[in-house]
Amino acid sequence: MNTANDAQTNVAQHRDYLYRYALLHLRDASRADDVVQETLLAAVESPERFSGRSSLRTWLTGILKHKIIDVFRKQAREQTVDNPGGSESDEEFADLHFNKQDTDHWHSFPTSWGNPERSLEDKRFWEAFDQCSQQMPGQVARVFYMRELMGLETEQICQELSITPTNCWVMLYRARMNLRQCLEIRWFAGAR
Amino acid sequence: MLTCRQVSHLVSEEQDRRLGWLERWRLRVHLKVCEGCRHFQANVDFMRKAVRHHPLLRDQDKDE
Repeated sequence: MNTANDAQTNVAQHRDYLYRYALLHLRDASRADDVVQETLLAAVESPERFSGRSSLRTWLTGILKHKIIDVFRKQAREQTVDNPGGSESDEEFADLHFNKQDTDHWHSFPTSWGNPERSLEDKRFWEAFDQCSQQMPGQVARVFYMRELMGLETEQICQELSITPTNCWVMLYRARMNLRQCLEIRWFAGAR
Repeated sequence: MLTCRQVSHLVSEEQDRRLGWLERWRLRVHLKVCEGCRHFQANVDFMRKAVRHHPLLRDQDKDE
């Protein structure tokens, strides 16, 4: 028999996973703790909503995603006042990567990463990856996580964060430029 | 011809929206002659693939 107590135990087993998931997105231990708490509470209060069609963990992660997006929405609202998106203007950002005097050529040309798929099984690659993604500015990181980690479409992201598609593409562009450069320096330059 | 800076934007946006035919054509012309931007495109493609293999996402379906 599946008592409320059983459900509580089952749900709690996934706390550690949910915490790691939340921490990667929110980059703040106490905020991550909060959303996991809320997620577990929401799950235990309505165990009948778990249909068993997906795994319990997948179901819990689904609830957690909504909680994380709620936090993102709030952060995006707070940030627009003093800091609209990334910190630099488009021109300032471009100057970091391209040389205006030389018809906008790369300061340092992107290099071949050889056979990068091999890195996917390397724990140290993921340490570098997580460190690089932590370096992205707040709004840039939020849009990137929603797009790539959560797999949302641009339209959904625009709606959740109340930004325009163009703004969304600029944020994703900056995220990819930052992450690419960081991975090249921290991982591929040395590991090849 | 597009500059590397313009191409970097198109390569990124290609991940999020369908480019127009003129954009695709100009992108292809530039990539033919610019090795750096070809590497950039390959790097960006790989990053998307990499994120989908993130250990956290792989653990998501594990129910221990």
